[in-house]
Amino acid sequence: MPRVVVDVMPKPEILDPQGKAVLGALPRLGFSGVTDVRQGKRFELEVEGEVTDAVLADVNRMAETLLSNPVIESYTVRVEQDA
Amino acid sequence: MKVGVVTFPGSLDDVDAQRAVRLGGHEAVALWHGDHDLRGVDAVVLPGGFSYGDYLRCGAISRFSPVMTEVVEAAGRGMPVLGICNGFQILCESHLLPGALIRNQRQKFLCLDQRLRIERTDTPWTAAYAEGQEVVIALKNGEGAFVADDETLDRLEGEGQVVARYLGENPNGSLRDIAGISNERGNVVGLMPHPEHSVEELCGTGTDGLGFFALATLAAEVFA
Repeated sequence: MPRVVVDVMPKPEILDPQGKAVLGALPRLGFSGVTDVRQGKRFELEVEGEVTDAVLADVNRMAETLLSNPVIESYTVRVEQDA
Repeated sequence: MKVGVVTFPGSLDDVDAQRAVRLGGHEAVALWHGDHDLRGVDAVVLPGGFSYGDYLRCGAISRFSPVMTEVVEAAGRGMPVLGICNGFQILCESHLLPGALIRNQRQKFLCLDQRLRIERTDTPWTAAYAEGQEVVIALKNGEGAFVADDETLDRLEGEGQVVARYLGENPNGSLRDIAGISNERGNVVGLMPHPEHSVEELCGTGTDGLGFFALATLAAEVFA
């Protein structure tokens, strides 16, 4: 079954309090060297049949209307090959 | 006037909003998220809460409920619509209002008596207030930081669409201390604080919120 992955991330100019909280927690756990953390969402869509351009166009529309809010988030769509 | 209050799965403050509508002198009409009509109401309140458990993004799923199709259409005709907290989030997700609401800057859920300044009074929801009037209204939210790009913020300020601003320390990181905004026409208002919790002396923060539910005279003007 082909899988289409949509990654949704807060736009760089939008404050990401969750990422900031994670960044703050890392040194407390002894991890050093991380200068920034952004937290986003990953959607895995199992689709029927071949992943055609039409399917990808549909997924892009899904990402734009529901999976992301274009005001605060950007998204990328990619096809994941079977392992 | 008949004021509809929509209940979504996970709405919390719908009953309080209905009570506030009645205290404001109007008839409260319960609307259901699955409804395809607005039951002849003259105005709509989208109440606070955690519709759909805040899954995906606050308000993102409610936006696609059948009743919202009707609300968006009615708002376009000039019907007064007030979104409180989660309702504000739904209005932004529906693109009835610009911008978005993200997690509070300090990550914490807030619950406090908040001082506000009412800045736009030519809306059906705020006409009972004087411009610049300071009020105290309950504020409780986890994702209440209003954000938009600079261009949008400048436009909101320039067109006088900022309805209310936080006074004192900014509670949640909202850009430019914005607590509430309206659309250009003024019939659609989104507010992060909860005026429906500030309508009676017995409990809450006094009665400063009652003005939002007065509606009265201005509907005629808005429909004109």
